[in-house]
Amino acid sequence: MTATEMKITLGPLSLIPPGEGRSFEIAGERIAVFRTRGGRLFATQADCPHRNGPLADGLVGGSTVICPLHGWKFDLSTGAAAPASCTLKTYSVSLTDQEQLVLTLPVPEP
Amino acid sequence: MMGKSLFPQGCSMKRNLVVIGNGMAGARTVEEILTRGGADLFNITMFGDEPYGNYNRILLSSVLNGTQQEQEIFLNPIEWYRENKITLHVGVYAESILRKSRCVLGADGTIEPYDKLIIATGSRSHVPSLEGVTMDDGSDKPGVFVFRTLDDCREMAEYARGSRGRAVIIGGGLLGLEAARGLQSYGLQVDVVHRGLHLMNQQLDPQAGSILKTTMEQMGVGVLLGKNTTAVLGEDRVTGLRFADGSGLACDMVVMAAGIKANAEIGRRSGLQVQRAIVVDNQMRSVTDPNIYAVGECAQHRGHVYGLVAPLWEQAKVLADHITGRDPSAAYHGSKVATKLKVMGVEMAAMGIVEPVDERDEIVQFTEPKRGTYKKLIIRDGRLIGAILLGDISKAAYLMQVFDRGTPLPEERLSLLFDIGAPAKKITIEEMPAEMQVCNCNGVTKGALTACIKAGKRSLNAVMEATRAGMGCGSCKSIVNEIIEFACGGEVEEDPSIHFYVPGVPLSKPDLIRAVKEQGLRSVSAVFGALAGGKEDPASKPGLASLLNTIWAGEYVKERDARFINERVHANIQKDGTFSVVPQIPGGVTTPAELRRIAEVAEKFRVPMVKLTGGQRIDLLGVKKEDLPDIWRDLGMPSGHAYGKSYRTCKSCVGTDFCRFGIGDSTTLAIKIERNFQGIDTPHKVKMATAGCPRNCSEAMVKDIGVVAVEGGKWEIYIGGAAGAHVRKGDILCVVDTHEDVLKYAARFMQYYRENAKYLERTYGFVERAGIDKIRAVVVDDSEGIAAKLDSAIQASINAYRDPWKEAYTAARATEFSSLLPVIQ
Ligand code: SRM
Ligand SMILES: Cc1cc2nc3c(=O)[nH]c(=O)nc-3n(C[C@H](O)[C@H](O)[C@H](O)COP(=O)(O)OP(=O)(O)OC[C@H]3O[C@@H](n4cnc5c(N)ncnc54)[C@H](O)[C@@H]3O)c2cc1C
Ligand code: SF4
Ligand code: FES
Repeated sequence: MTATEMKITLGPLSLIPPGEGRSFEIAGERIAVFRTRGGRLFATQADCPHRNGPLADGLVGGSTVICPLHGWKFDLSTGAAAPASCTLKTYSVSLTDQEQLVLTLPVPEP
Repeated sequence: MMGKSLFPQGCSMKRNLVVIGNGMAGARTVEEILTRGGADLFNITMFGDEPYGNYNRILLSSVLNGTQQEQEIFLNPIEWYRENKITLHVGVYAESILRKSRCVLGADGTIEPYDKLIIATGSRSHVPSLEGVTMDDGSDKPGVFVFRTLDDCREMAEYARGSRGRAVIIGGGLLGLEAARGLQSYGLQVDVVHRGLHLMNQQLDPQAGSILKTTMEQMGVGVLLGKNTTAVLGEDRVTGLRFADGSGLACDMVVMAAGIKANAEIGRRSGLQVQRAIVVDNQMRSVTDPNIYAVGECAQHRGHVYGLVAPLWEQAKVLADHITGRDPSAAYHGSKVATKLKVMGVEMAAMGIVEPVDERDEIVQFTEPKRGTYKKLIIRDGRLIGAILLGDISKAAYLMQVFDRGTPLPEERLSLLFDIGAPAKKITIEEMPAEMQVCNCNGVTKGALTACIKAGKRSLNAVMEATRAGMGCGSCKSIVNEIIEFACGGEVEEDPSIHFYVPGVPLSKPDLIRAVKEQGLRSVSAVFGALAGGKEDPASKPGLASLLNTIWAGEYVKERDARFINERVHANIQKDGTFSVVPQIPGGVTTPAELRRIAEVAEKFRVPMVKLTGGQRIDLLGVKKEDLPDIWRDLGMPSGHAYGKSYRTCKSCVGTDFCRFGIGDSTTLAIKIERNFQGIDTPHKVKMATAGCPRNCSEAMVKDIGVVAVEGGKWEIYIGGAAGAHVRKGDILCVVDTHEDVLKYAARFMQYYRENAKYLERTYGFVERAGIDKIRAVVVDDSEGIAAKLDSAIQASINAYRDPWKEAYTAARATEFSSLLPVIQ
């Protein structure tokens, strides 16, 4: 099975202040997008696998996010929890020349 | 599908190690082999017929009763196998062992050759062959369950959710009671039917069993003893049970917890000697084939088959020592089974025999059935050979140690049951042998803990994370902590990071303050840039933000991302991602107009709960993030800062205004205090109270700062009080004459605390650490000549205060309060 991709424009980069995250609703999916102070962008599932904490409300630093409810830590680039116990879904997100955030979602071919 | 080639080509020096069974024993044994360099010796392949990595089976009851989530109990998730280059045939049942050609056949056709083989197939629930236990065609009858795997747990939970009637557990042992507790949380009536005459007859004597029965009945679980079940009733699903005495019981589901049976058939089929389980020697090798080992519940050693995890950890170590050649003389000599358990929330410990067997045996016993406490020791020749503790297990650690080592007991028997003149705890830790197991859930010894502490892990969390001690039922956490304290005290070198203000910047608080001031670092990102090599540590951000605000007051450059979500949106996050709103009500004094506004807001925004707090104000709970700014605007009241690491509230009693005993005006003072200190950042919460007389109705003596009016128009100022997780009466800082003096000394102390306490250190910890005499000298007598500096520093913070609720809806902070941004496609 090959997969095609779908590109979705989320809006201007300024939606997300540096060092923070925001949750987006895309086709019924909740996805958190993070913008680090170093200028990197990450996207993961929005709900913490522990007890559905809102990850976009967490503390971000380097490529780590800390869930605001009980402090689980996740690597934003791989989605891995530390210490390893489960993994977040991650997505690819990039910036256009016009500073628009674009999310790339894989779409399995029917 | 083929596994590796039967005739491997090339000249890999590594031998093939195959492990059948991916449960607690199998996975632990492989871990032990890996820590002994096993990855260089073997290509490791595992078969596990459950569709998962390895999880902690003993926590299944927590999953069933909903206190833990499935993913929390995994010990070795699938990634672990990948990282350690272990081939895991997940969900594949190993069908047979061809000993002549040395390979294992999987049910899916996999063939895996081995040089060494480990069988760790554990056991399964024993299902008695009762009439009607299966359907007529032999298939499973809906409503009949066993309790062994994660899948069993899921199926039971699903069925229980769909029914509202009665569940019956057959078997009153550990497993049965755990199942009972789990099912109770689904709102079912639960009964335990036990063939024996008392509960848990393997671990308890009749008296303890009957105390446990009473405790269980008080929790609403029915207990039927001496009942022999003969049939499961119901045509196409369970409707009831019939017993040998002719009686019956209607029910919707049945859980079989009447014992376990070793999965030893695979051994028997391949010609290994099997009795109740696979018979092994002292190296855990099959007595029939030296290339095949067995470990865990499928192994029988010197006639014993163990059904608890502790013995299995010992077996895994011996096996690993032997198979890797690390210690060819390693030998297993059986385990003395001593267990600490928590059954239905009742703590118990049991070891050795349950009843005296010899007339030399001496019994020491204490019973207090009303409180569910029972203690019994069996002593032979001055040594402990059996014990049961129920309800109060505070002596368990000590008793397990003397049981294990056979240490002669003190003459004073009473001290064995209670902490009266018992050996001091320190000595117990010191005397504890290295090989003594501290965490029985994960099999961690004192030796392993001290090694980990020596290797640099110093906090409870770090040690727990590294060794897994305390990560099971959690009952050993306090001992782990004591061991850390013990091992860190004395000559052991200290980890410098415990002196850092925050973990991500390698400086103590005074050094950090100095560097921040010298280099003019006004934002958190500037601190990371200048003092941490540009490496951002998210956990350190809130502590730094708090400190910078303290140092720079109005000149601090706010970065919202540095603050915990509560302090970004000025409200307290709740378990479902909503927030709570607590407006300021200084001294607990409000007005009808304010109350009306609160009521209107609560109705307009459909606030799910309006509650009076323990801090004398009103909490609106369950507010959506996007509603916050509108609610604040409609309330028109300042923020109560119920969310911050900051000054919180000042409670007050009614004082001289109305109370016939009032000797000081406590309400006016409380209001002044609140207006003065609102929103000031502090290392941890600062809660205050004022009382109009020493009757102390506002509990001022147990506040971070409390003020009590005393005869003669004077005010006593108390600091370092606490009545939360920790209870402490505050120490008197000084006695003053006026409201103004109260504000002055409270402010000066607060600033001293801001500058010197560690982040998240409450005043009750700080005052004890710094010492009340020292604090009084600095704050009252100005012994260091810094009083003026402290006063002007806190005044700068007071002046810099802006009500965050007002700022929030005037400032343009576009997406701050949206919990979910819609995307238009
Ligand atoms: C709302 C309230 C309970 C209530 O319904 O009455 C409450 C609610 C919470 N308390 Fe409390 N505490 C409340 C009064 C208290 C009191 C009594 C008091 O303030 O007079 C205490 C004992 C005094 C003290 O502070 O020590 C108290 C001791 C704690 C503690 C234990 C602190 C300690 O070190 O001993 C915590 C945990 C912590 O701080 O880490 C805590 C933590 C919490 C948190 C913030 C838990 C959290 O992090 O989410 C709760 C927030 C719920 C929310 O969103 O509103 N709460 N809590 C009370 C709010 C008072 C207020 O108006 O501000
Ligand atoms: C609900 C519950 C609560 C418990 N509570 C406690 C407690 O509080 N304290 C305590 O000490 N002990 C407790 N125990 C007992 C403890 O869990 C066991 O002693 C321990 O799990 C035994 O480990 P094991 O590896 O021998 O067997 P298991 O953990 O059962 O592992 C065996 C694995 O091998 C698999 N397998 C079997 N045959 C094959 C095959 N042919 N091919 C492939 N895979 C196979 C099985 O599916 C299983 O995954 C509890 C058990 C249960 C079920
Ligand atoms: S005592 Fe405080 S922290 Fe605990 S549940 Fe109640 S409000 Fe929450
Ligand atoms: S919900 Fe994320 S850590 Fe608990």
